[in-house]
Amino acid sequence: MEENKKKNDLILIGVLLMVALAAYFCISFFQGANTKNGVAVVTIDDAEYGRFPLVVDTEERIELPDGSYNLLVIQDGKADVTEASCPDGICVNHRAISKQGQSIVCLPNKVVVEIENGEESDLDAVTN
Amino acid sequence: MKTKKIAYLGLLVALAFIFSYIETLIPINIGVPGAKLGLANLVIIVALYTIGEKNAFLLSMVRIVLVGFTFANLASMLYSLAGGILSFLAMCIAKRSGKLSTTGVSVVGGVFHNVGQILMAIWVVKTASLVYYLPVLIIAGLASGVAIGILGAMVTKRVKKVVNWD
Repeated sequence: MEENKKKNDLILIGVLLMVALAAYFCISFFQGANTKNGVAVVTIDDAEYGRFPLVVDTEERIELPDGSYNLLVIQDGKADVTEASCPDGICVNHRAISKQGQSIVCLPNKVVVEIENGEESDLDAVTN
Repeated sequence: MKTKKIAYLGLLVALAFIFSYIETLIPINIGVPGAKLGLANLVIIVALYTIGEKNAFLLSMVRIVLVGFTFANLASMLYSLAGGILSFLAMCIAKRSGKLSTTGVSVVGGVFHNVGQILMAIWVVKTASLVYYLPVLIIAGLASGVAIGILGAMVTKRVKKVVNWD
């Protein structure tokens, strides 16, 4: 009986691990393959704040009415939040993002930075 | 008999409260938000196996509300509630099925805690792409679930020796 339970535990762990790994690789594969002219789209509480193409290096201080802020830095084709007023700093610790669908979320400030595909340029389509 | 149970439940609430505090002192950075050690779940597991589902659920909710008002903020309390409720329901089902040991039940709890949190976060910030965090969070929940489950079984065995409700 107990042995059976241990076996079921292992099966459960194995299945979950495989599903998670498969999902992880599928997601990173599709994200990489689908990213073209990425744009970092910033939304605050579901309202769009601004769009920043990843090819242009910029620094944007996202200010909220209550005085809190997130500092978005775009460099080398990647978007990263390097400074923020939120207490947990999860958005600051998050890696820089560059692939379509990736996002950095600051839950306390309700700020979401998400990578979307930009307009497809003809030049890229040809050289592809 | 009743007094004993109340005292025991109070002890567990205090313990879960302290564990939650310790958790906030140990940040885990695996690239995605929401991962925690799950120490508090150890107390919930032990409660589930020693004083039953109803009391364990009560303990879980009291812990989340207490922690929400002290070490966290209302927003993160919302995520904890979603995670806590979903995880508890999943653990009850897993335990009742009788097919899993404490480790399996704890793994189910760890994984569903993260699933619940992500679903709530998706709903709050209305960003479906948060789903991309799930694979990593499932693995984190697995790892923490295994460790907490093994510990939980050891603690439960010893606690059961000491307390009897009659």
